[in-house]
Amino acid sequence: MIIQALAFYLFAGMTIAAAVMVIAARNPVHSVLFLILAFFNSAGLFVLMGAEFLAMILVVVYVGAVAVLFLFVVMMLDIDLVEIREGFLQYLPIGGLVGIILLIELTLVFGAWVAVPETAAVAGVPIAPLDQVTNTRALGDVLYTKYAFLFQTSGLILLVAMIGAIVLTLRRREGVRRQSITAQIGRRREDGVEVKKVPNRSGA
Amino acid sequence: MLEIGLSHYLTVAAVLFTLGIFGIFLNRKNVIVILMSIELMLLAVNINMVAFSTHLQDLVGQVFAMFVLTVAAAEAAIGLAILMVYFRNRGSIAVEEVNAMKG
Repeated sequence: MIIQALAFYLFAGMTIAAAVMVIAARNPVHSVLFLILAFFNSAGLFVLMGAEFLAMILVVVYVGAVAVLFLFVVMMLDIDLVEIREGFLQYLPIGGLVGIILLIELTLVFGAWVAVPETAAVAGVPIAPLDQVTNTRALGDVLYTKYAFLFQTSGLILLVAMIGAIVLTLRRREGVRRQSITAQIGRRREDGVEVKKVPNRSGA
Repeated sequence: MLEIGLSHYLTVAAVLFTLGIFGIFLNRKNVIVILMSIELMLLAVNINMVAFSTHLQDLVGQVFAMFVLTVAAAEAAIGLAILMVYFRNRGSIAVEEVNAMKG
């Protein structure tokens, strides 16, 4: 029990500290790296809660894809770091006020939150004991049956996002000589070679 | 204190969410950090969902956390693509200067 508590406080503390550094870091690249740290530690929190599959998905999707995407974009953009930090403290009072109010509200809501005893009985998909069905298998059992349409829809969302990202960022620049492989392969001997009859003692 | 229950996870999620909001307010010149703050908020939502899922012994929360994850990934991709196009056209990523549609 004490190990679980220690692990929780470690992961939670690291997550929150990394989240603070994400918004406070001077360099956007450092922000992305702290974001990765935050995701790793929240994956640890997920494992503590018994959602191993989601924890691994979090690492694969966020650390492997989203954070690397962020890193690419941060490094591709030529950002003036000095300019970015200008007026950083200008919004600190109003932001801090909104943040503190929101935190108090959330704490009040969650602190007073009580579940009715009957909630376990009306669970949509009850979780089987972990020694009988693993988390991954239990998720797969409902994901491909009960939530198949939602699963397909999320696939469509990803497809639309992919096409949208490509369409948005693709550009054809004028005046760039590109290699056209079809034109190269489609070139015939008659197009490139010309036989000329050269008279004697004169140039072509 | 040593008994880790639902409220512990909810507190962590609340703090994360607040940090996300705070980041949006604070970094007015840097859209990338705003996008990262949105990711933090979505992460807080996911932690909430999984916490309730385990507390109520109901798997639906985890299923929906997965869908939230999907949408978050799509949103990050589209947001960064828009950011690239914006930077290409304007040479800056400051949110304060986004007024091209003002007429």
